[in-house]
Amino acid sequence: MRGERIRERSMVPRAEPQSYYGQPVLKEPVWTPEIPFYFYTGGLGGSSAMLALVAELRGNSKLARRAWLVALGGVTASPALLISDLGKPSRFLNMLRMFKVTSPMSVGSWILSGSGAFTAIAVGSEFTGLYPALGRAAKVNAALLGLPLATYTAGLVSNTSVPVWHNARFTLPIVFAGSSAASSGAAAAALTPLRHAGPARRLAVGGAVTSVAAALTMEKTLGEIGEPYSRGVSGKLTRLAGGLSLAGAALMAARGGSSRGAAIAAGAVITAGVITERWAVFRAGFQSANDPKYTVGPQRARIERGETRGAARRAQAGA
Amino acid sequence: MPSHKLLELETHSWPGSYGDSAEPRMGFFTDTSICIGCKACEVACKEWNHVPDSLQGFSGKSYDNTTALGANDWRHVAFIEQRKPLGAEAAAEDLVQAAERASATDGWGLQTYQDGEGVRWLMASDVCKHCTSAACLDVCPTGALFRTEFGTVVVQEDICNGCGYCVPACPFGVIDKREDDGRVWKCTLCYDRLREDMEPACAQACPTNSIQFGELGELRERAEKRLEQMAAAGQTEARLYGADSEDGVDGFGAFFLLLDEPEVYGLPPDPVVTTRNVGQVWAGVFAGAAALGAGIAAAFIGGRK
Repeated sequence: MRGERIRERSMVPRAEPQSYYGQPVLKEPVWTPEIPFYFYTGGLGGSSAMLALVAELRGNSKLARRAWLVALGGVTASPALLISDLGKPSRFLNMLRMFKVTSPMSVGSWILSGSGAFTAIAVGSEFTGLYPALGRAAKVNAALLGLPLATYTAGLVSNTSVPVWHNARFTLPIVFAGSSAASSGAAAAALTPLRHAGPARRLAVGGAVTSVAAALTMEKTLGEIGEPYSRGVSGKLTRLAGGLSLAGAALMAARGGSSRGAAIAAGAVITAGVITERWAVFRAGFQSANDPKYTVGPQRARIERGETRGAARRAQAGA
Repeated sequence: MPSHKLLELETHSWPGSYGDSAEPRMGFFTDTSICIGCKACEVACKEWNHVPDSLQGFSGKSYDNTTALGANDWRHVAFIEQRKPLGAEAAAEDLVQAAERASATDGWGLQTYQDGEGVRWLMASDVCKHCTSAACLDVCPTGALFRTEFGTVVVQEDICNGCGYCVPACPFGVIDKREDDGRVWKCTLCYDRLREDMEPACAQACPTNSIQFGELGELRERAEKRLEQMAAAGQTEARLYGADSEDGVDGFGAFFLLLDEPEVYGLPPDPVVTTRNVGQVWAGVFAGAAALGAGIAAAFIGGRK
């Protein structure tokens, strides 16, 4: 049974939190496998747009043009994945009925819409030469929206009651920033001739290392709430993601600059690593929601420490 | 309603956005000490609201085969079997006091336990809390979830696109997606009946008045009296759950009197609306975005191009 071997890191033995027949307090997310892939494509598209803009400003048009195409691919695949996840796909436009800052999904829908439109205009202008002024403005906008596009998904899952996500609201965006950088760097490094791909390689290596380090930091700062990252499916995915990302980064750093084949292989391994990392985060949320100890334990501990009275109140003494 | 009471019950959009058409905030007080576990509330709710069946077979969890609230279960009666001494008698100092309390508990209808073999039964009808600060409503990107003129929280089924964000947002695990339908469903506090001045189906069907429906301010006063009455009869383990505006969701629109810790009933002891930290969430997102931008810029330093 899960939950029997939990207190390895705890100094003082505590009673297992009480529950109703061991049933979860929370409902597990109903999101489909499209969502972790969207975390990847959104991060890839957003980060690639900024990579493309900076490459262009530095006069590296070989890298810029390839990164723009990757960005377009990312922001095109993203809405398709999101619409497919909906319970009522025919109502996807209802996402744009309002703009709510309390809902990162609402804000994110607008970011993705804007990002998609600007990237499409930017790529259209870049490859046809039409409307260069409009194209330049679109590029800047696509790149600027690309950054939050890559990280808002971390905020989206943090803004739930799932402890392993909610309590990672400061660390998870850094994990996603690293994964997104690695995604865009890996794709551009694989697609760009060696001589022009230096920045992409450095971004891939730096992003992969950052992602792994940030994920470790997140797990550590979460304490017992972070347990899903070392257990079950999420635990396996976390270890696999770390291994793939670091192996890919090592290959990219060692041989990516001298062999196109090595750059392509390293890009593929890093990509596999960061997609696995998104899956590890996704599955951790399910594990966290499904075990009542993660919900009840920290809440009861808050009450016992006197930080809050909680939602229940007995009659006052002497009443 | 006195204005200080109104202020205490106020939500983000009720009564403010309704102006003159705002109705008093309505809610439930579920007094679990007089629940007999008949499940009439579950049946009445399904009948009135055309909630699809949700047969799950025999759960083995006492008399509870519904097991949890969900898209197709908007009332759920929990059954807990405990080996604990009865509160009133255990707390008595001598036989005389025990006898006095026994007669008091009879008179006040506190005698709901099956106490043969020393087993006590807790039964409790759970329902959507209609939180003052409701996470489901806050995170809903389409506006399908809204605050009614009665201060309750309702899903508009013709708007919901099934994004599922509300499901893990709810700190109580109430709202869920209906598999074959793709949309989310939960208790509406019988919005259609309220608009016709009728009480919700579950409250009307409850034979013991364990489920009490009314204006939230009045229900809170009534619950306070009940809590004091029970404490006086030695039921010191009785507690109100969600009856204060100071908790993590700023008070429940549907609150409870419980006889044990909330988690024993499958309820969170200190629920907090996730959007209380939405500022920190956005700070994290923008810090991550800034870090990404800095990382991309740094990748161009030192290289040839």
